[in-house]
Amino acid sequence: MSDPTIEAEAEKRRLSRREFIKRVIASGAVASSASFVFGGLSACSSPRGAVAGSVERLISIDVNGQLRRVDVLPQETLAMTLRYKLGLTGTKLSCDRAECGACTVMIDGVTTYSCSTLTHSVRARKVMTIEGLRGPNGELHPVQQAFVDELGPQCGFCTPGQVVAAVALLQKNPKPTREEARHAMSGNLCRCGAYDNYLNAIMRAAGNTAEIHHGA
Amino acid sequence: MAHKLLGKDFLPPDVIAKVTGEAKYAEDFRAEGMVFARILSSPYPHARVKSIDATEALAMPGVVGVLLPEDVTNPAPPEIPLLTMEPGYVGAPILLVAAEDETTAQDAIEKIRIDYEPLPFTVDPLASLHPDAPDARTDGNIGAGGSANVALGKLKWKREDFDSAGERMPMGEPAPKQDWTFGDVEAGFAKAKLIIDEPFVHASNSHHSMEPRTAMAYWQNGKCILHLSSQSQSFITPALAGMIGIPATDLVVVAEYCGGGFGSKGGAYPLQALPALLSKKINRPVMMRVSRAEEYYNGSARLGFQGQVKLGFAEDGKLLAADLYIVQENGACNSFWDFRNAPDGLSVLYQPEAMRWRGVPVFANSPIRSAQRGPGYNQMVHIMEPLMDRAARELKIDRLAIRLRNVGGIAAPIGPQRTPATSCYMKDALEKGAQLFGWDERMKRNGQRNGSKVTAVAVGQAFHPAGFNGFDGLLRILPDGKVHIHTGVGNLGTFSHSSTSRIAAEVLKLNWDDVVIERGDTRKNLPWNIGQFGSNTNFTMARTNYVAAMDALTKLREIAAKEFGATPDDYDIDGKRVFRKGLPGIGMAYSDAARRAIALGGKYDGHELPKDINPMTQVSATAIAGTGLVGVAKDNLAVNGAPSAFAAAFIEIELDLETGKHVIIDYLGVADCGTVIHPSGLETQVKSGAVQGFGVASLERIVYDPQNGLPASVGFYQARPPTYGDVAQRFRTSAVDKPDPSSPLGTKGIGEPLLGCAGSALLCAISEAIGGHVFNRTPIVPDMILNHLAKQPQAHGRLQVNCQ
Repeated sequence: MSDPTIEAEAEKRRLSRREFIKRVIASGAVASSASFVFGGLSACSSPRGAVAGSVERLISIDVNGQLRRVDVLPQETLAMTLRYKLGLTGTKLSCDRAECGACTVMIDGVTTYSCSTLTHSVRARKVMTIEGLRGPNGELHPVQQAFVDELGPQCGFCTPGQVVAAVALLQKNPKPTREEARHAMSGNLCRCGAYDNYLNAIMRAAGNTAEIHHGA
Repeated sequence: MAHKLLGKDFLPPDVIAKVTGEAKYAEDFRAEGMVFARILSSPYPHARVKSIDATEALAMPGVVGVLLPEDVTNPAPPEIPLLTMEPGYVGAPILLVAAEDETTAQDAIEKIRIDYEPLPFTVDPLASLHPDAPDARTDGNIGAGGSANVALGKLKWKREDFDSAGERMPMGEPAPKQDWTFGDVEAGFAKAKLIIDEPFVHASNSHHSMEPRTAMAYWQNGKCILHLSSQSQSFITPALAGMIGIPATDLVVVAEYCGGGFGSKGGAYPLQALPALLSKKINRPVMMRVSRAEEYYNGSARLGFQGQVKLGFAEDGKLLAADLYIVQENGACNSFWDFRNAPDGLSVLYQPEAMRWRGVPVFANSPIRSAQRGPGYNQMVHIMEPLMDRAARELKIDRLAIRLRNVGGIAAPIGPQRTPATSCYMKDALEKGAQLFGWDERMKRNGQRNGSKVTAVAVGQAFHPAGFNGFDGLLRILPDGKVHIHTGVGNLGTFSHSSTSRIAAEVLKLNWDDVVIERGDTRKNLPWNIGQFGSNTNFTMARTNYVAAMDALTKLREIAAKEFGATPDDYDIDGKRVFRKGLPGIGMAYSDAARRAIALGGKYDGHELPKDINPMTQVSATAIAGTGLVGVAKDNLAVNGAPSAFAAAFIEIELDLETGKHVIIDYLGVADCGTVIHPSGLETQVKSGAVQGFGVASLERIVYDPQNGLPASVGFYQARPPTYGDVAQRFRTSAVDKPDPSSPLGTKGIGEPLLGCAGSALLCAISEAIGGHVFNRTPIVPDMILNHLAKQPQAHGRLQVNCQ
């Protein structure tokens, strides 16, 4: 299903956290470690461009199949661009430091923590968010439908990230075992503890009914 | 009685938005002219702020304003201040800065000059009771609100209490009125065959809500519109309005979705009020985003325990006497009264013939605390269940049998007042679980070795109160035939805003498609309802929805009788029509009855209201008066005893003796939640409550540097909520499904004990796997297991807290 060349390329392009930090530091936009902790909170920048030395640049990014033109600061994270400049608030910020997966999006088909991805690094690449999963007539993606059928979400805050991670998994491995799914999903936290429901949903979406667990 | 809706699954109305990303949480809202606020918080565990100079910050381009301690009215100490000049923990908010963008706000924080005077601090409550030790607060070291009601004060134990303690916890005098006794405790110990007397520690652990407590506020026409993260809806409004300094009717609370609370967002909290106050001051909408680290500072944690428990058992395993002492870690401010709940839990689950309890709620310079799923009750079972296992081993009794020997009856008495449970089916839960799990068969595997791995099987129990009463119900039947059920309970993610609304639908025999749930926003005219916490929603809201529906039913019958003659009692309903019994042709559709109600006015369409309903319900019902047939009533139904929920857990683990790590092979949770209201919702809670129990038992804790009072657990990786990799490979769920007689349709709450039974079962299984050693401590982490197996000393002191 997936093209191995594209996969390898995407893997190569994926920014490691270390590289991300290096780039942020190199941009000169971060004055102290404290503001790195709150790094990427600089979107919704003022008309004056309040941060000294940081200049917005107009770039194009492909989001959910649409080319979007957007002014982006050097240190701006993809999560902030999506949420505060493109109105795509389905991507959630929970830890803002690559620990929890609430901000998971796909970049060229690979799941990525958008809280720790610089928007400038995704120019000319394909970004897929939770908002891009519905069909042309608004129908739910089969994974979304499976999440509904298995009563996956509880509070729902981690759910968009879980759905995106599950879609990416099934694109790569359409018939995962429950253990494979558990491993693939392990970058996404759910404090409600709905893991078993989410795994049931993935098994349902994959047609693996033998590994859907209910009852006693 | 066969139900139309109860016990059946349905599509909760908020699920689709959660899987599409359309569900809007506080940080997803925008307002024209919105600015960003950042919090300047304390870098010290305890300090006095001697001066604040914001001149340079305010002169920065883009900075709009500041909110200082002098701008807010704080509640009387030791309640949590909004902003403080004497921060009592790292991360305590001192002031807010608003700017056009968030980076500027953060940069402005760096430009604010604050002169701090560091003060003595403590991160060990027990140690701080020593006469030579520092107090966490300058105005006292003990206090607690709620049912404990311990005034802020100073309590120091005697030096000899510490010097003579030996292996036991030092035990000086308890806090005022924080002790009780029933039965003859000393006589119980005297006739006991086995005495267990152990000090214990139950760690604090954060709530780790995925959604930080971000809030956005603006003012419009004198009203404050507040988008926030709350488990509760109606319940928080009066208190939050009080913090902001406005009448409740001038506060609009939007809380349609809440990204997790687990007790930490049950009541109104200061961080909800701060953006509202700043917005008022600068006359701009304010978005105050809360970072993950700030969430760990201010987002609450379970209250930790240091304690001593002495148990006396008869030869057959009967618990004759219990003596319990708990030192509770409050955090720096008033929080909850877990230490007072815990002994009630012990008393109802194990039914000792005699019992004494003593407690002290002590302040420490550590994060804000609040109730966390099963406050006190779950800490108690995490300590007690492994000790019940130890008693069983020493008395050579089966571990399930010792629980059945001590389990309470259907009206199991609770606490010193011996209040009967409205229903207790713990025995049924244990027996059903044992049968489904195959206890006897599995016990044959117990202790089996496979290389370095050992299999262990265990059982756990838990209890929590499960309901309140006295709140209001509100619904209306509209001329289009739809029935709008107004619910102010909140959205914690359990779907119980809808499952309890189905009680009203059941009474009116409605098709679920004909029901519209009105919730999530004060402007939707919501009644006065309980907050969504404490396993209370089901029982409490079943009753409010029941009485509102019964009021609507009475009005339907009266309207039919006015229209067609005979008496109201001669009429029945079928979900669409009210009709004459035996003469179904005589009657009218609900939609026509709604039109008649509007024409009749008075009580029928909400223009006349019951006198005993809450002012909030009065306002809401008045706002919808004239739109249809209004059903509105206060829950005045009788309650015979204390509504109670119970749960049993059965677990099989494999523990690697070389690494100290365990894998949960199989887990079964059995709920005593009365009549099952929503089967798939219940299954979800049984499983996910267990996940949280596994976390408390084996992963989660708060870590402090005792030398500097600095927190080390301010991220998910450090504070360690469970991941996909930490949970059971196989979850099984079941329920007793016997009705509670004090609930109109037999339903009652269940959320909290589902954590405690699982945490207990896992703690018991770990002990079982290592030959029965009981750590008397949570969490049990691998290095503790390895140290024990290698006969090495543990890294922590026996009663040390906030460590590991």
